[in-house]
Amino acid sequence: MSLPRLRPATEAELAEIVATAAARGQRLCIAGGGTRAGLGSPVTADAVLETGALNGIKLYEPAALTLVAGAGTRLSEIAQTLAAEGQRLPFEPMDHRSLYGTEGEPTLGGMVATNASGPRRIQAGACRDSLIGLRFVDGRGRVIANGGRVMKNVTGYDLVKLMAGSHGTLGVLTEVAFKLLPLPETTVTLILHGLNEVAGVAALTAALGSPYDVSGAAYAGARTLVRIEGFAASVAHRASALAALLRPHAAAEVLNDTSEAAEIWSAIADLRSLAARPGPIWRVSLRPSDGPRFLSALRRHGVEVTEAVLDWGGGLVSLRVSAGSEADGAAIRTEATAMSGHATLLRAPDDLRAQLGAFHPEPAPVAALSAGLRARFDPCGVFNPGRMAPARLTVPITAEV
Amino acid sequence: MDMPEPSARLMARKDRIVAGLRTILPADAVIDDPIETRAYECDALTAYRCPPLAVILPRSTDEVAAALRFLHDEGVPVVPRGSGTSLAGGALPVADGVVLSVARLNQVLEIDLPNRLVRVQSGVTNLSVTGAVEGEGFFYAPDPSSQLACAIAGNVAMNSGGAHCLKYGVTTNNLMGVTLVTMSGQVITLGGPALDAPGLDLLGVVCGSEGMLGVVTEATLRVLARPEGARPILFGFESSEVAGACVADIIREGVIPVALEFMDGPAIRACEAFARAGYPLNATALLIVEVEGSAAEIDDQLARIKAIAARHNPIAQRESASEAESKAIWLGRKSAFGAMGQIADYICLDGTIPIGALPEVLRRIGEMSARYGLDVANIFHAGDGNMHPLILFDANAPGSLEKVEAFGAEILTLCVEVGGCLSGEHGVGVEKRDLMGVQFTPADMAAQMAVKDVFDPAWLLNPGKVFPLDAVAAHRRAAA
Repeated sequence: MSLPRLRPATEAELAEIVATAAARGQRLCIAGGGTRAGLGSPVTADAVLETGALNGIKLYEPAALTLVAGAGTRLSEIAQTLAAEGQRLPFEPMDHRSLYGTEGEPTLGGMVATNASGPRRIQAGACRDSLIGLRFVDGRGRVIANGGRVMKNVTGYDLVKLMAGSHGTLGVLTEVAFKLLPLPETTVTLILHGLNEVAGVAALTAALGSPYDVSGAAYAGARTLVRIEGFAASVAHRASALAALLRPHAAAEVLNDTSEAAEIWSAIADLRSLAARPGPIWRVSLRPSDGPRFLSALRRHGVEVTEAVLDWGGGLVSLRVSAGSEADGAAIRTEATAMSGHATLLRAPDDLRAQLGAFHPEPAPVAALSAGLRARFDPCGVFNPGRMAPARLTVPITAEV
Repeated sequence: MDMPEPSARLMARKDRIVAGLRTILPADAVIDDPIETRAYECDALTAYRCPPLAVILPRSTDEVAAALRFLHDEGVPVVPRGSGTSLAGGALPVADGVVLSVARLNQVLEIDLPNRLVRVQSGVTNLSVTGAVEGEGFFYAPDPSSQLACAIAGNVAMNSGGAHCLKYGVTTNNLMGVTLVTMSGQVITLGGPALDAPGLDLLGVVCGSEGMLGVVTEATLRVLARPEGARPILFGFESSEVAGACVADIIREGVIPVALEFMDGPAIRACEAFARAGYPLNATALLIVEVEGSAAEIDDQLARIKAIAARHNPIAQRESASEAESKAIWLGRKSAFGAMGQIADYICLDGTIPIGALPEVLRRIGEMSARYGLDVANIFHAGDGNMHPLILFDANAPGSLEKVEAFGAEILTLCVEVGGCLSGEHGVGVEKRDLMGVQFTPADMAAQMAVKDVFDPAWLLNPGKVFPLDAVAAHRRAAA
């Protein structure tokens, strides 16, 4: 069954569609490029609202490190335009296409709505940290602006942060503005071979606690990876200082080739190795030093982890389990809660995501505030119904394990 | 500047309210003597003062929650206060309300350097967060000029910035979590040691909400390993247009200095007279550019910057040759406000503009200065567009405050007109409240006020701040 697709050409047209939908009790599933459609709990909607026609760069000032563009603008177009001026989006957004087997082109709006951030998040912040302004249409069809095109702005409440990562449940983004960074002249990746998870994360901790401005710190496939970027002379200095610092952990292979290194880091950002085989995939955020401890706790519970990748110095654990079941989900969420972390069911069949809830359950008072905000921004429940819904079945979450 | 009409009913019930607070809090945590409460009648925006009904100084999250629950049930407004260094009047009391000072929430609770985070009570000062970790080679990056005195509570409330945020971001980019007590006394944890919690980013909207959504009692902060070294260099230029073009070229060529500060002629002369930093007195515009790293990395970056600056014919150039010289250069900049205070009374503005608009904005401020007959000194975080024009005046001259405020409003309106905003780092408070309509449509403001409705339905927390009073009244009438 395919839903009717609405593709407004302007923000005003989009606002009218939303106002009409609100009046008629119609529910809309918001789609940019549709590449991240498997993220979040399944949506029940009457029509698809596409933002793809709200595209194009409105303003790009390389000397001010700022960009403003329509939410439907393709990321590939943005990357190309910025690269021509020697710049980029700082946060290395994850491309979800391998994970969900989707086609099409990721858009700025989808990236913001999911707060998609990659390995450089530990140095340059998340998507939400580079987002400096936006326009959106709320659930009554009103156009709202917040933030702006300057990188320092504390005027009024920061709805920019509230909208980033809200998965389209508060409004439809129509325009977004970013702070940019220069592309580095050189990138070097240090690779430490043969360390186990515990030793690998210890090496990453040493690297991140150093003054050498590490822009990537991951553990994947028994390789411990540390990335530094910048001007050639600076990178050379920091690479040799880091290799010396890490020598007690293991000898470092120095990977200078930027295209091979780029491939390694994009595979980590996009979880390509995890995506390549079947099985539910979880993404768990923790204190970095808890990453290995979390994995061993899961194994103790009998959860069959078939592959795991640790990013963000050990604080972001992405893992694939052999068979999705309620019991695995309960163990993963219980351990994450016990360690003050949170677990997202990133890839799984619709029924499992609906059953467990894609996102980690919030404490009741926080959930009440979030529900209150949704009721104010989208009182008729027009946008992405179900996307951020809690578990359908109550999964016991306790701190006792 | 108007504040909400105090409730005669509450004023009449002062004794009962104070007695109630004394049953909840220790005796020394409740102040109601009018002489003692005078210390709290204003913050660093001293033009506005109002004695509060009482002041409370709780020592724990539980005490904050108990006091708020009581005041909520009594319908008493509450004004949260950090160290009272707000330049926007963010902690200005109301006559029928209680000031909640976090000054006694002064404990560092957890230092976790392997995970690069620190958890503190919110009354801890900005600089003492760095103080707690600098022995191990770490620091807390946001560095507002008031960092010796200002509290983390105020930093979170105002989303404070500083001179080094071009590289390290502002408070919101370094804040991992908070413990928040809502007006009804509910204790909530947002964020924490694990990054990027799913669900709506309530932490992101609380940061910068000027104490209107809840009282932050604890904060988890990201700390960073201190760079191997840092070195500033000064350039003097014959015009601000040339200095602005130099800034644009530095950024265009992919160099992101850790700080990039601009001062105009009047600011240069005042700071030099005050701090003896060796600033070039013949320059019309001064740039302070600072880079970080090992000595060799610094040399490399400064060589690039000097080559770019050379294209703009600087009339002065001085690279710091020692730690003492670096300190002096920064002392000049950081004491700019104090230096101005020696010359005259002043108000400090805080708008942000797109960097490219700098020459036009400075030219038009110059025209306004002539029209108003008031001198202006301009200090500017040039890397991020955050301007601090200081308008000099004589506070004793009748009508001078009204005149200087009108001038300030005109400058901030200009900032918005060229694509910028009213406040880059000080916050709106009461100072810029009535200009919000210049930057936001009624729908934009209604969306922000909807957040307030959810967190504090009775609008008891920090009344009279951020939103124009008539906009709030209309919004609440429509919702009723």
